[in-house]
Amino acid sequence: MAIFTQLLIAGIATGAIYALIAVGFSLLWQTSETINFAQGEFVMFSGFVILAVMGYFDVNVIPAFLIALPITLLLFGFLFKTLLVSPLIKYSDFPLVIATIGLGILLKEGAKEIWGANALRFPDVVPDQILKFAGIRASVADLATLGIAIFIIIGLQLFLNRTFIGRSMEATAQNPDVARILGIDVDRMILYTFLINAALVTVAALLITPAYLAKFSNGETLGLLAFMAAIVGGFNQVRGALMGGFLIGVLENLGAFYISTQYRTAFPIILLILVVLFKPEGIFGRAEERRV
Amino acid sequence: MTDKSPNIDQRVHGASLIEDTSSRILRIVGWIIYAVVIVALLFAPNYLGSYGLYLLSFWAVTTIAVQGLNLTMGYAGKVSLAQASFMGIGAYTSTLLVQKAGISFWIGLAIAALVCTAIGALIGFPALRVKGHYLAFVTLGFNELVILVLRNEDQWTNGPLGILGITRPSIFGFSLFEADRFYYFCMIMLSLVSLAMWYMIRSPWGRAFKALRDNPNRAESLGLSTTTYTLIAFAIGSGLAGIAGVIHAPMVEFIDPQSFGLHRSLIFLLMLMSGGRGTLAGPFIGSFFVILLPEWLRFTEDYYLIIFSIFVMVLIIFFPQGVAGIGPYLQKRFSNASKKGKE
Repeated sequence: MAIFTQLLIAGIATGAIYALIAVGFSLLWQTSETINFAQGEFVMFSGFVILAVMGYFDVNVIPAFLIALPITLLLFGFLFKTLLVSPLIKYSDFPLVIATIGLGILLKEGAKEIWGANALRFPDVVPDQILKFAGIRASVADLATLGIAIFIIIGLQLFLNRTFIGRSMEATAQNPDVARILGIDVDRMILYTFLINAALVTVAALLITPAYLAKFSNGETLGLLAFMAAIVGGFNQVRGALMGGFLIGVLENLGAFYISTQYRTAFPIILLILVVLFKPEGIFGRAEERRV
Repeated sequence: MTDKSPNIDQRVHGASLIEDTSSRILRIVGWIIYAVVIVALLFAPNYLGSYGLYLLSFWAVTTIAVQGLNLTMGYAGKVSLAQASFMGIGAYTSTLLVQKAGISFWIGLAIAALVCTAIGALIGFPALRVKGHYLAFVTLGFNELVILVLRNEDQWTNGPLGILGITRPSIFGFSLFEADRFYYFCMIMLSLVSLAMWYMIRSPWGRAFKALRDNPNRAESLGLSTTTYTLIAFAIGSGLAGIAGVIHAPMVEFIDPQSFGLHRSLIFLLMLMSGGRGTLAGPFIGSFFVILLPEWLRFTEDYYLIIFSIFVMVLIIFFPQGVAGIGPYLQKRFSNASKKGKE
């Protein structure tokens, strides 16, 4: 039971990071119907950017994150939106899907050329101590990760529901034409979601790279896990992506321990196929609902 | 009103005349290119060493796999990210049948193609019932699943080390071991697949595909079932990837899980997109870009994929139909310009 609880906490903690990536992914989908196949590579590359900043300015990981943030906002928010998405949004979503796949390969091969093919160590954000409480062991890093992720997602929810800009973004997601008539600058709102997504992937990179190590090929796994979280939870809303993230993280951890370590990624994939088969709108989603 | 109509008629007539000549020129240029390529490929063994022939064989195998993807993506309009894994299933199925069960390569080829088609139908069925890009996500997961199985079931697949020493087959006692013979075998397979493809696209069945891609609502109102046709396209496309995999194994004489990973599936997509989806020539051009072109651009070294991915993104922004779409695009531009000139 103690082991089970421990696995559960660890699973929820990694799941929370998947949720951050998945939430950004669904935000882009909501406002601009962009299916970003480079999402995992965004996380991978942001991790390297943080490492590069640490090396260049000779600072610790947290200040490095703060310096890296504007860089990733520029790269994966502004430039991604203006250079790639805006010219392609007028076609069907098809060329855009392929373009993000191209971007993913570019980032992956680019990271390999710049930083090499070996995994680089990434410093822990929170020291990895073990807490014992009533027979349950939990790592401080896991609890901190969970706390940070939940804090960010609640903040994001409040921003979307309570502020004028947030509500304008929501309107853009629900019906861009009506939003435009109401005087909302739809294009600007879409840009904001891209910036939010860039910030989310950078935070995710900060939290997950200590465990994954910085490696050029991380994007594939991370992207896959985020897509699965988004779809399993319900593609159409932030809450769904959050729950999906938790579910995928827990399933992966429990499956790896109790059934098979080699097949740890297989369990979420099987869940994904089952969800698509029986409840394509997602476990927590409702059919044809569009919300941010 | 009535005195204006002949004027309009004339204008349309004039434009269509110009369009006719320009499209005729383009068509003739197209035929000349085809003829030159075919003759060059026929006589390639006279001029190329075994490495050159190996590359051309590799190009042929890749083209077969991309043609399969073209059915799913170019004609049925759905993104599939599992083409490489179907290639892997084909390669492993036939290799294991030949090595462990002692079955002839040719029967192995048929079985592997059927297995891949069946699995394609099985995977496509749930994913294609739902609107949107669910097929992309399900196939993405499936590709990962296949790699996991190939890597972990090592009593069968020899795990991540892969299977070495795959022998090249012979037909009626005629060995295909030599590079030039295997090259001709690959070319014959490529021709057969391409002819089948050409026939399929022109048949009423293929026209139904095009109708579904270009206007799904109208096609459905005429009684075509989107799901069924898309499913068939995806299943056949997977089968073709299986065939490509079966040929791939004795060509490289080695298979391992890594060669059939998601990365390869993504590259296949970029090949098709850059070559031109929904066209017969697209897969040939696309796999030329990735397999053959880097040989002439050796100076780019490891940067080739970086350059290629940038090229694809820029190409899609300006020509969303790919390289094979540039000809028709220019033709349209030309005839539009001449129309404008007349006005």
